[in-house]
Amino acid sequence: MSPLLEVSDLRVEFSTEDGIVHAVDGISYAAESGRTLCIVGESGSGKSVTSLTTLGLTRGRNTRVSGQIVFEGRDLLTLSNDEMRSIRGDDIAMIFQDPLSSLHPFYKVGTQLVEAIRTHQSVSKSAARGRSVELLTMVGIPDPQRRVDQFPHEFSGGMRQRVMIAMALANEPKLLIADEPTTALDVTVQAQILELLEELQDRLGTAIILITHDLGVVAEFADEIAVMYAGRIVERGTADQIFFSPQHPYTWGLLKSIPRLDTARDEELVPISGRPPSLIQRPSGCHFHPRCPYVREAHKRIDPPLAEVTGDAGHEAACLLPTELRSRIWKGLAGGETPAELRRLVVEDGQTVPVSGSPPLGPEGAS
Amino acid sequence: MSTNGSPLVEVRDLVKHFPITQGIVFQRQIGAVKAVDGVSFDVQRGETLGLVGETGCGKSTTARLLVRLLDPTSGQILFDGDDVAQRKGDALKALHREVQMIFQDPYSSLNPRKTVGSIISDPFAIHGLLKGEGERKKRVQELMDRVGLNPEHYNRYPHEFSGGQRQRIGVARAIALEPKLLVADEPVSALDVSIQAQVLNLLRELQRDMGLTLIFIAHDLSVVRHMCDRVAVMYLGKIVEVAPSDALYHFPRHPYTGALLSAVPVPTPSHGTRRQRQLLTGDVPSPANPPRACRFHTRCPKAQPICSEEEPLLEPKGTMTLAACHFPLSEAEVKMQLGDTGAGSDGSTNAKVPDGILDRS
Repeated sequence: MSPLLEVSDLRVEFSTEDGIVHAVDGISYAAESGRTLCIVGESGSGKSVTSLTTLGLTRGRNTRVSGQIVFEGRDLLTLSNDEMRSIRGDDIAMIFQDPLSSLHPFYKVGTQLVEAIRTHQSVSKSAARGRSVELLTMVGIPDPQRRVDQFPHEFSGGMRQRVMIAMALANEPKLLIADEPTTALDVTVQAQILELLEELQDRLGTAIILITHDLGVVAEFADEIAVMYAGRIVERGTADQIFFSPQHPYTWGLLKSIPRLDTARDEELVPISGRPPSLIQRPSGCHFHPRCPYVREAHKRIDPPLAEVTGDAGHEAACLLPTELRSRIWKGLAGGETPAELRRLVVEDGQTVPVSGSPPLGPEGAS
Repeated sequence: MSTNGSPLVEVRDLVKHFPITQGIVFQRQIGAVKAVDGVSFDVQRGETLGLVGETGCGKSTTARLLVRLLDPTSGQILFDGDDVAQRKGDALKALHREVQMIFQDPYSSLNPRKTVGSIISDPFAIHGLLKGEGERKKRVQELMDRVGLNPEHYNRYPHEFSGGQRQRIGVARAIALEPKLLVADEPVSALDVSIQAQVLNLLRELQRDMGLTLIFIAHDLSVVRHMCDRVAVMYLGKIVEVAPSDALYHFPRHPYTGALLSAVPVPTPSHGTRRQRQLLTGDVPSPANPPRACRFHTRCPKAQPICSEEEPLLEPKGTMTLAACHFPLSEAEVKMQLGDTGAGSDGSTNAKVPDGILDRS
């Protein structure tokens, strides 16, 4: 059975006065019913643009999109704006990060919900209103009969996010894209919202794409994880693969740079040096090389493709270091060694490989 | 951590009410937002005290009161033994040589029309220090170097820097006068994950080198644990629990602390062996009209009739912990809520916690 949504070789470019922004640079992924795909990355890694493009929200004169986004057998990129409109909010729905700016301040919450329902279903206003109350009840808003006639400003942040979720679920979408749904919320409310999403997924079998930078949320929520950097997926795998045997230096950096409740308190954080690259003038070779502590000369020239990690089915990484060496480095990092100490492994390993002429390609290298 | 001698800061019964008024010409006060409502705590010299809590609990107001960007309604703030709560004019200016602040948003806390050099040298200008042009520039460049900025960027404007670098500018400005106390209000929550660690490490380094006392405010409990020696948990304008970090995270006594900790997602896949999450229902009540007696009783899973009748005092519960609760959490409850993925109440359940962490608590 083919997946519900299959994105292949998607590229999104925006032309600006400063040059062409390569926001998304050839990424592929799939979302399946009843499962959660988490897309992790920092600001500017292209994670939000990917999802906006899926909904056809990046169409504009300055945008160039190529690749395929196949949803239930149809390529969304070839659909007209009208056809997209009938899918958006019906089969595919989205929850945005900031619930205050995504709800219209001028209309009552009920009116906005009724509109979302009546756009896609031919039901009477009163039936749609009944359904709105039902939806508000479902997302756990107390006193929905009264709340449905209130304005967004009368709701707290967490409650507004619930309204957004209710609206997204109004037409029981097959695919739900949640772009940082809990980033603006307190941790106790975040826990409530995530629990709610999980419960709804169990009941409706929705496919969820969750975009976030919070690795804690990812670990608790994801079936599959894609790590994005500079417009590309640099590593992909199951939650276990990414958290227990990560294969890309960027993923290592992310995992080691967050303080966490389940390690010793005075464990040093290892930040990733430098900062995310410009998407206009991207670094040559591996885009991560200017920030990578394990970089070799050749990595500045060769652009690694996303390839399966040998001996670990379903786990892919875009890194030029040999798999065996990467496993040793991660073991060292997990054991508390610093990248500076572990760089030694890369140097030692490099001496056994013929350097001149043929660059040291990993087993999954670009040959 | 040097705790010898008297505390650097002693806060006694600090109150800040923001009036709610009605009417245009004749404004009548019809109520008050009780942002901070009777808070007392000490900060020892050289330590890092964390303040945590949800939005609207009063942690930022407390910070602004300490730096005296706000005037307290009542209460005392003893800084080095002197009450600074009512200081004005020159006396207040003198206080600001000792107490500085780092703000949350590195975009709005730097004047976009000033160069980085002039932003960082402003403290010297205001306090009439380092009068010579060259001398001042040299010191500013030293500061820039100290916080990891390129001193050559002296004449650049804030918009030319990324979020993390701007936060470094804010840090340089705050440490320019070599203050004794630095108040950091959510210094990393606007930054990307990989940049967060850079700024956190910088703050820790500066504290070590300059012997700074730090008050660190954040809503991210993992960050607070990493940074702080002691942590105070606030709820609706009150402190509900204060304890050394290790004690607080391993054995929280207040049900609110327990709920906060159990809501933090742990970055390790759990395979369905979920902790028994203590989910709080509903939202934080309005600080304009807080619940009677124990303010947490409306959301508390352990609430009894007495909780809405008699306000619990912040008293010792266990060796190092102060908590304001009639029915503090038991060891078994903590274990159930936090499970073995988080900080368990004892080490036997947790293979991932390295040796030593429990000896210190």
